Amino acid sequence: MENILAQAKRVAEEAEVFMVSSEETPVQFEANRLKHIQSKQSHSVALRIIKGGKVGYASTTKLDDSQELVSMAMETAEFGMPARFEFPSPTSYPQVEVFDPDIESISIEEMIKLGEELIVAVTSHTPDIICEAGVTKSVVSVHIINSQGGQTNYRKSVFSLGVEGTLIRGTDMLFVGESQNSCHPLLEPKAVAEVVLQQLELAKNQATVPSKPLPVVFTPYGVASALISPLMVAFNGKIVLEGASPIGNRLGEPVFDKKLLLWDDPTIAYRPGSRPGDDEGVPSQCTPLIEQGTVTNFLYDLQTAALAHTRSTGNGSRGRGGLPTPSPSTFIIAPGDTTFDEMVQDIKEGLVIEQLMGAGQGNILGGDFSGNVLLGYKVESGKIVGRVKDTMVSGNIYQILKQIIAIGNEARWVGSFLNTPPLYCPSLSVASKG
Amino acid sequence: MTHIEAFVHQLTEALKGRNADYIEARLEESQSSHITYRGRELESIGRTTAIGGNVRALVKGGWGFVSFNNLGELAGSVELAVKQAQLVGNQESQLAQVEPAVDVVSAEKDKNPVAIPLAEKKQLLDEYNDIIWRTPRLQTSIIGYSDGYKKVIFLNSLGSYIEQERADIALRLAAVATEGSEVQQAGLSLGSRGDFSLIKGRQREVELMAQHAVELLSAPQVKGGEYTVVLDPVLAGVFVHEAFGHLSEADFVYENDHLRQIMVLGRSFGNAELNIVDSAAVPGLRGSYKYDDEGVPATKTYLIREGKLVGRLHSRETAAKMKEKPTGNARAVNYRYPPIVRMSNTYIEPRVTPFEDIISDIKEGVYAKNWYGGTTSMEMFTFSAGEAYMIRQGKLAEPLRPVVLTGNVFTTLMNIDAIGNDLEMNQGGGCGKGEQMPLPVSNGSPHIRIRKCLVGGR
Repeated sequence: MENILAQAKRVAEEAEVFMVSSEETPVQFEANRLKHIQSKQSHSVALRIIKGGKVGYASTTKLDDSQELVSMAMETAEFGMPARFEFPSPTSYPQVEVFDPDIESISIEEMIKLGEELIVAVTSHTPDIICEAGVTKSVVSVHIINSQGGQTNYRKSVFSLGVEGTLIRGTDMLFVGESQNSCHPLLEPKAVAEVVLQQLELAKNQATVPSKPLPVVFTPYGVASALISPLMVAFNGKIVLEGASPIGNRLGEPVFDKKLLLWDDPTIAYRPGSRPGDDEGVPSQCTPLIEQGTVTNFLYDLQTAALAHTRSTGNGSRGRGGLPTPSPSTFIIAPGDTTFDEMVQDIKEGLVIEQLMGAGQGNILGGDFSGNVLLGYKVESGKIVGRVKDTMVSGNIYQILKQIIAIGNEARWVGSFLNTPPLYCPSLSVASKG
Repeated sequence: MTHIEAFVHQLTEALKGRNADYIEARLEESQSSHITYRGRELESIGRTTAIGGNVRALVKGGWGFVSFNNLGELAGSVELAVKQAQLVGNQESQLAQVEPAVDVVSAEKDKNPVAIPLAEKKQLLDEYNDIIWRTPRLQTSIIGYSDGYKKVIFLNSLGSYIEQERADIALRLAAVATEGSEVQQAGLSLGSRGDFSLIKGRQREVELMAQHAVELLSAPQVKGGEYTVVLDPVLAGVFVHEAFGHLSEADFVYENDHLRQIMVLGRSFGNAELNIVDSAAVPGLRGSYKYDDEGVPATKTYLIREGKLVGRLHSRETAAKMKEKPTGNARAVNYRYPPIVRMSNTYIEPRVTPFEDIISDIKEGVYAKNWYGGTTSMEMFTFSAGEAYMIRQGKLAEPLRPVVLTGNVFTTLMNIDAIGNDLEMNQGGGCGKGEQMPLPVSNGSPHIRIRKCLVGGR
């Protein structure tokens, strides 16, 4: 690494080397049986340079060819964007625990046993169900050095445990599923299975909905599948800078319901979305985005922050191995004071949405979403009466989140990215077949 | 410089004498470049090279898989894959018989697009970006260009040695228009098998796309409900991919008795005009290849013929377990993943009805064009149109906001009652399944009409 940095410094004004190594071990079950054990070892190194005031970039998995890496970066720098930022100097990082050495001592045999227990817990409730399950452990090392002397170095462990079940009756298909992850080993398959069993219970009967506006409770999975993508885009400092975010010029204004609090937090201990610093070596921080309904901040990397005359929020992320770009680390929506049961009891006729399919395909920038209810339940007179099908719901998140009836008092993690309670919204357009 | 050829001998030796029913390995070497614009300025430009490989072993029906960037420990990787497979296996291994092949497939017509000077690529993108920015009331533009060139060497314990090269280009352009807090966007996706000239000369399409984004600001949203819907060839291609293509991938079916009953060959899914095909054997498309990633030759497979289910897409394992012929559809997006059953070039075969006749007797319907995306849960699927218009009294009428359509595979295909004569293949898409995306595929269709299609809206 130091060698690459030294070579780059000879030909460019500034340079930064970003190196990631990882080892991932997925144990996979198909059709209720163990099917596949994998081991994925990967190394890659990325070089970003500033040459003639412009940014050049190259990456490779070849660890023995630093000369080619430097020359590719030089080639691109001729056309690169003008650099408006400086690489971070040596700095101190917050203490963010993301590595648990216990993960390394979990054996493949133990992982197989966890997966088997998970499947047995689901199939003993519903014998006809066909499950796919996955138990995965991984360890990732990140190392960044730059020509200002800045250095970031950390290791992260991630363990995940998940199951997806398909239940077929005639031509009717029901999809249920749950997955959990942590930097600690997850050794309680029953906790994962519980969630699936509850979905199976609620979906036992089928129900129909009329085509008209109806009140809707989004479960945490429902919030993730319907409402989050537009928010991720809207708070992205780059989209704001371009003038394409609907809330870009509304900093300090009450855009959302007063009950809504949202922040980005990569400093929570032992969460897979956490890290001491971002992919540019900027220290992690907790950034409030919505406070009492008011827009309070946007998310920035170094370059975008410089262009917007502000400072990086430590949200530089190298999504698919490219240059850093602003991206949220972990979205947290604060819980409210209403139980899930109280929300359902409040509805005369409405829906509970657990999974919306295709919602991310519309005009995300404008906040519109529209999707098929892949898993959702009809509510009649305060009770869940069955699962709905062939039903589409549509709305706009800026209208929906402006007036929320209630926010659930219990939040949970959905994947590694989102922690949210259920949200209860007064009215969504529903279109249904038949 | 390290090249994968240097490791072939060592790997061939490492595969020998192992305690496994079957072992295969892939070595891959690739280069790529990308250029993105956000707004007027170039945002990011970069070059990438990669070298890596994997080993997959089958023991008593169980699979082990090891992927790596370090080619220096091949024997150890083979040993680990076999050991993992031994931990899994407890039944009989089943793989469809395929003749071992020794072949070198050079990229032939595929030129290496990575070798084209960056200045030439940037010049074309600058030109397209200028066109977008000339459009009044436009807020910003987003352009993503990427190209790649790779060589893959496939080896297996049956004696196969297959070397294949391929090139790929993808270009996505989007225009964003705003008015107050209203934001609308329109997009255009282009792609080719490495031929840069195919993404040139699209100025008129780019101009129309930018104008459409502005037009959408004043367009109404459709009222949700059931409509007679006409799809253009691009969107109908996404429709056939989502609505039926994924359900015909045998890995969803082969170990699921219920699904095997539902997807029994001979079952009727549409009317007698409907033929659906997947073919990697058509040359020159983004989903084309000579051998799949298990070394099986590509084929043309009818999935639906005259409305009836007649075939499905297989890997060697799914074909053996369903006692059907392998189709050469096991593909991996790169060396980090094992091959799984995937589509290649999927299309509805053209019939005779001209577009005017398809819409002429529709009193009130929706004409949906172009794509944002699509997804499926097997039974139900959604796909979204980048452009949409009302059809009134047999004529195209006012533009609509983008629409999301949904369907149910067991009823929606039955409701296709007109198939056009104007097949077009769209090269702009990429398919995702599991973690493996974007895999180069192409989709196509003529114009089609669907009765009683559910459209989301206000």
